[in-house]
Amino acid sequence: MINSKIPAGEMAQKWTKYKDTCKLVNPANKRSLEIIVVGTGLAGASAAASLGEMGYKVKAFCFQDSARRAHSIAAQGGINAAKNYQNDGDSTFRLFYDTIKGGDYRAREGNVHRLAEVSANIIDQCVAQGVPFAREYGGLLSNRSFGGTQVQRTFYAAGQTGQQLLIGAYQSLERQIALGNVTMYDRHEMLDVVKIDGKARGIIARNLITGQLERHFGHAVLLCSGGYGNVFYLSTNAMGSNVTAAWKAHKKGAYFGNPCFTQIHPTCIPVSGDHQSKLTLMSESLRNDGRIWVPKKQNDTRKASDIPEDERDYYLERRYPAFGNLVPRDVASRAAKERCDAGYGVGSSRQAVFLDYAAAIERYGKIECNKQGNHNPPMDLVIKLGKEVVKEKYGNLFDMYEKITGENPYETPMRIYPAVHYTMGGIWVDYELMTSVPGLYALGEANFSDHGANRLGASALMQGLADGYFVIPYTIGNYLADEIRTKAIPTDHPEFAKAEQEVAGRIEKLMGIKGTESVESFHKRLGKIMWDKCGMARNAKGLQEAIVEIRALREEFWKNVRIPGGIFEMNTELDKANRVADFMELGELMCMDALNRAESCGGHFREESQTEDGEAQRNDELFMYVAAWEYKENNNWELHKEALDYEVVHPTQRSYK
Amino acid sequence: MEHYNMNLTLKVWRQKNAQDKGGFETYQVKDISSEMSFLEMFDVLNEQLINEGKEPITFDHDCREGICGACSMHINGRPHGPWGQTTTCQLHMREYKNGDTIVVEPWRAKAFPVIKDLMVDRTAFDRIIQSGGYISVDTGNAQDANNLPINKDKADESFAAAACIGCGACVAACKNASAMLFLSAKVSHLALLPQGEVERKTRVVNMVDQMDKEGFGSCTNTEACEAECPKGISVLNIRRLNAEYIGAIMSGDDK
Repeated sequence: MINSKIPAGEMAQKWTKYKDTCKLVNPANKRSLEIIVVGTGLAGASAAASLGEMGYKVKAFCFQDSARRAHSIAAQGGINAAKNYQNDGDSTFRLFYDTIKGGDYRAREGNVHRLAEVSANIIDQCVAQGVPFAREYGGLLSNRSFGGTQVQRTFYAAGQTGQQLLIGAYQSLERQIALGNVTMYDRHEMLDVVKIDGKARGIIARNLITGQLERHFGHAVLLCSGGYGNVFYLSTNAMGSNVTAAWKAHKKGAYFGNPCFTQIHPTCIPVSGDHQSKLTLMSESLRNDGRIWVPKKQNDTRKASDIPEDERDYYLERRYPAFGNLVPRDVASRAAKERCDAGYGVGSSRQAVFLDYAAAIERYGKIECNKQGNHNPPMDLVIKLGKEVVKEKYGNLFDMYEKITGENPYETPMRIYPAVHYTMGGIWVDYELMTSVPGLYALGEANFSDHGANRLGASALMQGLADGYFVIPYTIGNYLADEIRTKAIPTDHPEFAKAEQEVAGRIEKLMGIKGTESVESFHKRLGKIMWDKCGMARNAKGLQEAIVEIRALREEFWKNVRIPGGIFEMNTELDKANRVADFMELGELMCMDALNRAESCGGHFREESQTEDGEAQRNDELFMYVAAWEYKENNNWELHKEALDYEVVHPTQRSYK
Repeated sequence: MEHYNMNLTLKVWRQKNAQDKGGFETYQVKDISSEMSFLEMFDVLNEQLINEGKEPITFDHDCREGICGACSMHINGRPHGPWGQTTTCQLHMREYKNGDTIVVEPWRAKAFPVIKDLMVDRTAFDRIIQSGGYISVDTGNAQDANNLPINKDKADESFAAAACIGCGACVAACKNASAMLFLSAKVSHLALLPQGEVERKTRVVNMVDQMDKEGFGSCTNTEACEAECPKGISVLNIRRLNAEYIGAIMSGDDK
């Protein structure tokens, strides 16, 4: 039985009670306690800065050339917080409730309530750091709605919220580096966790410039290494985003929670050819005004403008009249796939649907004409004024679309298709964010805890910063208070030597293969298996086939991969090979988890488990648990189940019709 | 949009490591789609090199959506290539036609030494931020966010400066390899906000000192930095930086 260590007592009092009773470490002792932080995105940078401020000795690692480039920087839309500045009835409870429901009742109540509680502090902290959030003319902060919630609780900085929040955390981190409280290791990749007497005591990292392996000791190790969406090859993740740090921890005893829970975002720019290296997200906010449609005729090759109104199928409005184009991400994505699979897709690949702004332009144009007292305006004036309104609201997104596709979205409908965006699954952690390995923690997207089977928009930034600024500073003390007598362990300890030898051995093995096929080519093949058989819709037969195919591909990889260059130099192909080798193992576990979970919930859709009209069918009786997988030798796993008890929110079937 | 394929000649800077002298190599690529991004064209070239048993070209890149600031190619003499307010990763091949020759170099600046091929070391920017590019507020010390109203125009101006992605194109564009646009963007971002007021004078003096130590050149107002900045950071920030610096020195409160 695994223990999630949720404090007893009333839901709203759990975190307060915990903070009042957890152990503390006095300032003198903090100075001799060392903490390793892997990754410098929102979770890692905020944790490293906060722990440095508290007086711990921190070492931070990132594989990028600067801490500021972590992929949190690419988040567009915003960050949720239960501030109720709009006086529209928001509260800690409502944010908690929305997150639990949005996660399709597969998240842990205790963690989510704490997240909602600290959400308001995040906004205060960021503003104090100088994060330039959008403001109203009175000088107060502005909010917008997001992702179908009924209140306006999303704070934002144009379409660059992630960038501004990360720069805030990065600047705090750089300040601690200047003060000597944090030592920064950029262009370093963590390649193993070192365990001594059952506890995490350090890492093996590779200096990516020199290729040298380094041993680093820590009384505790924090993994803030992000999600694993790149297992699909094509995703909205950065090219370097990877599972390696998390996977090494998993193989050293950290359970992996709900690995099959991935979020497919409905509005991304579609694949344009085999050369495609990544996919670009178009903010969810576009669905507020755009209408999504496909032709009513199969394999219709006419231009959008040549298809008359009565030959268009606004399938979301048809299927979900109550929510229309604003259904949640998982529902919108599946509906697009259903139409394309049935032969109604558009564009040269036939794997796209239209997102059309013509109606919005006309509607806004008429409003503008009315404002000017012109109640019988010519159409070209309506269109002109309407375009100006749309430009003000969505201009930067329309520009981005035009740069990538070369098409003008003010004139022709955008083509969009769903793409892998976020992973709700991740390293299993307890209430204190500690993994199943003592002294090893996971924060942000790297852990599994807060979003259940589907994440709501604008909640990823909230969770990353909650974990780093407001949770780990308390919970880590509860562990380190018992470590004050542990002296720093010299890195010539046999366990460090052994771990380094294993890492060196694997690198030599990879370099020794000298095969004929590039790392990129293997990664693409893995991605295709995952997307086809463990993507938006999954079934038992496909998943079983995928497991066999992944095993065969993995074997082929270890026999035939070609990595040019040497070990002791900057070698980006070797860096990639290390990551892809781990994705090949993770892919198998994801398929196993998806196979085991014979229900549909949130982003996980099992074709065998659907209602008569094709909607997701949850099975609370059999699957209301967190699947926590323990690694055994040679790619075997043991499943542990953490039962989910809903004390406050009563699970119901989601409906959007 | 009509799509087409093209064959190109690429002259790319190759340099084994920081010590190596380096030089141009010429490559031919075939059937490049006009729909590819510039970096996807490099992916094709690298795949080709690997298949030929050669070493692929090393370059920095990560988000490939124009926001992380990692990509950094000097293309036909211009940082991030010919499109205005566009990073290398967002430049697309429909800019080019069959038979074109494209010359690609790393950022050139003493303060950005080459690590390998097109990859340079930009940690000087991190050290400039360390010297004062922050507001000294520890976690947990913040008042309620709306207790501090900020004039919207000031907030918008601050945001426009904070949009800098730290890519270094301004330095690469400048004949003096000056980092004034980068530095002025950070000084402006913080000086325009009431939160930044307390450390305003020490910040600007310390950051300018650090910039000089890193070996960046002086500003001679050619404004190439603004022209090449992928985020359109205005040179008016440099004017503000100079005023802030002189004000701090003259007041004698800079320590």
